[in-house]
Amino acid sequence: MADVRLLGEAFSAMDELAVFTAAHPEAGGLVSFLGQVRQEGGAHAVEALELKHYAAMTLPGMTALAAATEARWRLDGLLILHRYGVMYPGDPIVLVAAAAPHRRDAFAAADFAMDHLKSQSWFWKREKTARGWRWIEPRPDDHRDLARW
Amino acid sequence: MTAKLVFLGRLEDVAGMGELVVGPGPLEAVLAALEPALAVQLLGERVRMALNGQLIAEGGGIVLADGDELAFLPPVSGG
Repeated sequence: MADVRLLGEAFSAMDELAVFTAAHPEAGGLVSFLGQVRQEGGAHAVEALELKHYAAMTLPGMTALAAATEARWRLDGLLILHRYGVMYPGDPIVLVAAAAPHRRDAFAAADFAMDHLKSQSWFWKREKTARGWRWIEPRPDDHRDLARW
Repeated sequence: MTAKLVFLGRLEDVAGMGELVVGPGPLEAVLAALEPALAVQLLGERVRMALNGQLIAEGGGIVLADGDELAFLPPVSGG
């Protein structure tokens, strides 16, 4: 059974992974991906990032994505955590972890879930730079990534 | 007897609000009562709609009933 959460507050990726790993001693491999707010310098540096969600659809969509991921690969466990709200450089945004009997399934499942969270889940992102807030549209790369599946 | 429009992402900025309570009725009539600039954005080709949490193929023929929630969803970007 997947652990899927939409979080309004910061979370500790290390703590979450420790709990997830401890819960799946039967797994032969565990793959995780952590997405965080980029820290960069210069005039275009992101000072803050805000993710908005839609209560009627966002968590139900994440739960459906988890079910699709579990149906496609042989997994022992799946963790999908996604933040909403305002975040700052260094803050975790998303954590996906897949535990599986064998590593290939774990790699593929985490990759699949991330590609769909990026461009097929109900989130809207805006970034604050020195020039103010700006909404972020999906990049062509995101659609190409999705087409792999 | 009210329905609700929900504006997500950049549409919230365009509308100047996240939600708007409207009277029930045909969507065309509801949109016609809005600021034209907002209505144009809501009907944009890349904006999808969801009625009570379910995506709908197109807005044509939609009649908002009491308690309905119609969300306007611009292109998403997560992660």
